[in-house]
Amino acid sequence: MTDFPWLLTMIAVPAVGAAVVAALPRGREETAKQAALGVSLLVLLLAVLATVAFDAGGERFQLTTSVPWIPDFGVDFALGVDGIALVMLLLIGVLVPVVVLASWRDEPTGHRSMKTFFAWLLLLESLMVGVFAATDVFLFYVFFEAMLVPMYFLIGSFGGPRRQYAAVKFFLYSLVGGLVMLAAVIGLYVVSAGELGEGTFAFDALRGMEIDPGMQKLLFLGFFVAFAIKAPLVPFHTWLPDSGAEAPIGGSVLLVGVLDKVGTFGFLRYCLPLFPDASRDLAPYVLALAVAGVLYAALLAMGQSDMKRLVSYTSIAHFGFIALGIFAFTTEAATGAVLYMVNHGIATGLLFLVVGMLIARGGSRQVGDYGGVAAQAPLLAGVFLVAGLASLALPGTNSFVSEFLVLIGSFPTRPVFTVLATVGIVLAALYVLLLYQRTMHGPPRGVLLEPSPETSAPATGGGGGATAATATLEAPPPAPARLRVRDLSRRELAVAAPMVALVIALGVYPQPLIDLIEPAVAATMSDVGADPAGVSPEAPVEGTD
Amino acid sequence: MSLTHYLVLAAILFTIGAVGVLVRRNAIVVFMCVELMLNSVNLTLVTFARASGTLDGQVMAFFVMVVAAAEVVVGLAIIMSLFRTRRSASVDDANLLKY
Amino acid sequence: MDTAPADGLITSAWLLIALPLAGAAVLLLGGRRTDRWGHLLGTGTVVAAFVLGLLCTLQLDGRRLDVDLFTFVATGSLDVQAGLLFDPLSAVFVLLITGVGALIHVYSIGYMAHDPRRRRFFAYLNLFVAAMLLLVLGDNFVALYVGWEGVGLASYLLIAFWHERPSAATAAKKAFIMNRVGDVGLALAIFLMFAQLGTVSYDGVFGAVGTLAGGTVTAIGLLLLLGACGKSGQFPLQAWLPDAMEGPTPVSALIHAATMVTAGVYLIARCAPVYDATPTARAAVLAVGAITLMIGAIAGCAQDDIKKVLAYSTVSQIGYMFLAVGLGPVGYVAGLAHLLTHGFFKAGLFLGAGSVMHAMDDDVDMRRFGGLASRMKVTFVTFGLGYLALIGFPFLSGFYTKDAIIEAAFDRGDGWGYLLGGIAILAAGLTAFYMTRLMLMTFFGRPRWEPGVHPHESPSVMTAPMVLLAVGSVLAGFLLVVAFPLEEWLTPVFGEPEAAEHVVAPLVVSILVTVVMALGVLTAWLFVGRREVPVTAPVRVSPVTRAARRALYADAVNESLFMRPGQWLTRALVFVDNRGVDGAVNGLAATLGGSSSRLGRTQTGFVRSYALSMLGGAVVVAGALLAVTAG
Repeated sequence: MTDFPWLLTMIAVPAVGAAVVAALPRGREETAKQAALGVSLLVLLLAVLATVAFDAGGERFQLTTSVPWIPDFGVDFALGVDGIALVMLLLIGVLVPVVVLASWRDEPTGHRSMKTFFAWLLLLESLMVGVFAATDVFLFYVFFEAMLVPMYFLIGSFGGPRRQYAAVKFFLYSLVGGLVMLAAVIGLYVVSAGELGEGTFAFDALRGMEIDPGMQKLLFLGFFVAFAIKAPLVPFHTWLPDSGAEAPIGGSVLLVGVLDKVGTFGFLRYCLPLFPDASRDLAPYVLALAVAGVLYAALLAMGQSDMKRLVSYTSIAHFGFIALGIFAFTTEAATGAVLYMVNHGIATGLLFLVVGMLIARGGSRQVGDYGGVAAQAPLLAGVFLVAGLASLALPGTNSFVSEFLVLIGSFPTRPVFTVLATVGIVLAALYVLLLYQRTMHGPPRGVLLEPSPETSAPATGGGGGATAATATLEAPPPAPARLRVRDLSRRELAVAAPMVALVIALGVYPQPLIDLIEPAVAATMSDVGADPAGVSPEAPVEGTD
Repeated sequence: MSLTHYLVLAAILFTIGAVGVLVRRNAIVVFMCVELMLNSVNLTLVTFARASGTLDGQVMAFFVMVVAAAEVVVGLAIIMSLFRTRRSASVDDANLLKY
Repeated sequence: MDTAPADGLITSAWLLIALPLAGAAVLLLGGRRTDRWGHLLGTGTVVAAFVLGLLCTLQLDGRRLDVDLFTFVATGSLDVQAGLLFDPLSAVFVLLITGVGALIHVYSIGYMAHDPRRRRFFAYLNLFVAAMLLLVLGDNFVALYVGWEGVGLASYLLIAFWHERPSAATAAKKAFIMNRVGDVGLALAIFLMFAQLGTVSYDGVFGAVGTLAGGTVTAIGLLLLLGACGKSGQFPLQAWLPDAMEGPTPVSALIHAATMVTAGVYLIARCAPVYDATPTARAAVLAVGAITLMIGAIAGCAQDDIKKVLAYSTVSQIGYMFLAVGLGPVGYVAGLAHLLTHGFFKAGLFLGAGSVMHAMDDDVDMRRFGGLASRMKVTFVTFGLGYLALIGFPFLSGFYTKDAIIEAAFDRGDGWGYLLGGIAILAAGLTAFYMTRLMLMTFFGRPRWEPGVHPHESPSVMTAPMVLLAVGSVLAGFLLVVAFPLEEWLTPVFGEPEAAEHVVAPLVVSILVTVVMALGVLTAWLFVGRREVPVTAPVRVSPVTRAARRALYADAVNESLFMRPGQWLTRALVFVDNRGVDGAVNGLAATLGGSSSRLGRTQTGFVRSYALSMLGGAVVVAGALLAVTAG
């Protein structure tokens, strides 16, 4: 069972699926959707089976496959996962079928067909699996850049009114980061040729090198800039609100849920183990950026009037927490950070999905166009609340465990930064509850009062089609149109229910995931010179940062 | 007749060709000036081949002739179609290749 | 005192939490199908939890038992076990929460009978009971924190239950945010404990608290106090509690009077070992209690909203409890006893207020009440008994427990003791004043009802719990102080009570308090009872009254110090982000684009100019080659 090439299969299945879906003749939209759903569910199954085959207590990298690719430069098509990558694969496996189901009724903008949308989605899944599964730095770089292509088309072809602008901005930002990283990857190869006698891109071989500190800093910065743009940390963040707002809902979910995690994953997988001295030296600056992001993005989120931009800004704040956990250099905090990556994908993914459902009903992304939805659509409001509470890390939801671990783990080594970040939890409550109160509570407002719902334009973001209200006949034209917002449909329930279940389940019993993650995190911590056994209370607390 | 005489003649021919390309507007004339430049190069190649006693230069000259023949075919065809659409053989009328 | 593994029935103490939680889950997930019997299920689970809690308490026998459930989070050196601690202190709280909770559930069946969302109301109430039980039963600070925020969520949901009303939605949000500010304190205290001691369990922390530096213990104590202030509506985080009265009245009775808001007192009592080690933090608790009990009492005197009066009264009474637990070992039991009796009479008073509102078409303005005593006899009698208990009428429950606190304050012996005792006595007089004012405006005098209002007595499903709570209000003090002293029951937790040396004789204190109370009642009668109550509040009033009406400007301070600067900052940052950070990026893009289009203009389209540039290039290359070879 362990000899089976799990990872190669997980990359190949969605890639083949994408080709098949793309090759379907025009007009076979339903078949395309069903095929996409089937393929993504198959990947989920593969991810679960791979997790079963994975031995948490065993070697660091398992399920490995390696084929020489460009032998002249020592590049291998080498795949393998540790616990950190494995949980990310599970997250991909869960999110993609949910996204497929959530995009079921989307209407394409422009002349593109939804068939193409699902083909890009599956291709994106394949590349996302690849980027987390690669154990060869060059292969990682190839996947890292290739991911941009399907995402570019998802935003640029299927997004909102300003999709072209957003897609180009996304592409350029990522390309700049990728370019700097390419320089660093080549630099790493050259250094390895000097250090090891023969140039290599294999992660395990590179990890053991002793690199000159000045060189380490340069290479660290090369990788760091790429990851900080991807993750994104303040001040490299301004592409995310545009992309998150303009992308179709499914694209937004995968963008902040998985794609951006490549950045924080990269910190942990490449920056820390390959350049430990540089990581330690530059950690205070990174932490300053992280904490600034927590507070700055939270305040900005409060000031947004566009719901999707708001959720994007909350993600930037969450990425600050993740970066804090990674660069605090304790096992507890880093485990929390990895868990945060998974939980944020689920919680913010759910928040994006439910915001998308609301937008599909009202045809507007503006907070001010909604009000009093809870009275008309209690289920929708309930799911919205669960997603919001998970976003503000309420105990009992999954995010609490990760946020708590990040903060409690960071406090012993970095008290000042941690205290500042803890203030962020009040701001988190503010932006979530402000959004919830404005849209869900109070008397009906905005689109809920429009006399004739048919006149409203189809949804700008995540598709339309759902704007026709169910009970317009009951409302006489001049009176406010009551019951304009219908509650969740069965399909939407099928989208939300597994996510809500995961939010609660991982909030109550997170230990199985922690057991998967911890060995890999402990190995990373020993690479960077921290005690892998975690914080010891005897150790004197550093007074200042 | 020394080597220099041949080379000077080739240089004069090349210069006439180059100036012609730059100052004339009629596409046919420009075209013939290009041919003049090619032939001056041929003359140089053959001169050096003769001086060094190898055949390389002469082989190259044949290549140039073949290329020039192909160029004549394509170039005249372009000029013909240009003349048909614009009723003019002036190169300044074909100025769409810009920003 | 060592912790032993649980045995017998107490091993199933987790059911206490699981029962109401399951009730909430069934009601929330079951949807409309459960509409018909949802309220019965909700009530049933809490009654069952009460019975189970009672049986467990009977088996307890002064031990301290631990129920280990599962590993919640274990990574690195952090190990958080999900476990419950059943000891005399938590047993007392379990009985209060499930007992009062069950009565209020029964009452709600009648109170919410006509609300289309009654099922959801019971689901939220069950959720609250489960979270509150987790708060008091957890055996470590993380479990406490989970329960702590869980009750915050339930409180949010219930305050915003009538969320179509913007005021309810805003009050709910305000409550949650101000609680979160407190929660930051609690969270930081937990972080500090982990950083210094490597553990977050009660046993681990309390066992090692002596090894810590004084400054660290004080920091932990102050941070815990911040958490307690948030949850219990104490200064400076008291402003949310009166607004929370936007919720349905049973919620005000259960959450914002009897149980949740006393969680801060529980926290400080539970963390007695920490506060025993830090006089500074303990003094801060005292100060918070003394300040808050005055603020609450003063603000309560000027309110016209019947529930707001009771809410400020709650703020003030919890101030008494903070004062008590801030006094140290002599005060813990007194504070907890007051907490229990307050749970009875304040819940009863709120239920009575709910009954009045029910009769007056959900009006809360006492200026439009009056003369209700004859129309609503049961409500009047039960409310009256609660009133007497609250103002400390001799031999009712408030008399015993409030006197104990005031005595303990004087027993400090120093000048501070006299100051605190004096404040407490003064506030007792104010309590008598505002409560008498409430009684007179509501039940006596000429009816000032709005046209179309026909007051009537509430159904028996509502009056029965009121009667039971009234009985409790009368007897609880006697039972807890004299008949079955709480002091003995809690000895395993707080140790043997020291024989108190009384600075002022208890009898003198009692007489003093009673006299001051009588003065308060008399003043209220002089101001309110003798004359006609105007239906609209007078506009021309003294600055003192104006300040009291606005609760000493707590909201104004919060707004001008935090809210407005915050809004301004947010707007400024949005501008900076869009114009500054994003503007820089877009500016760079525009510069690149502009220069490329300017460069593009050199492409004229004239073949001859292209040829010239080629020639020029060739000449330059040739020249360069010549220069290189010649040089």
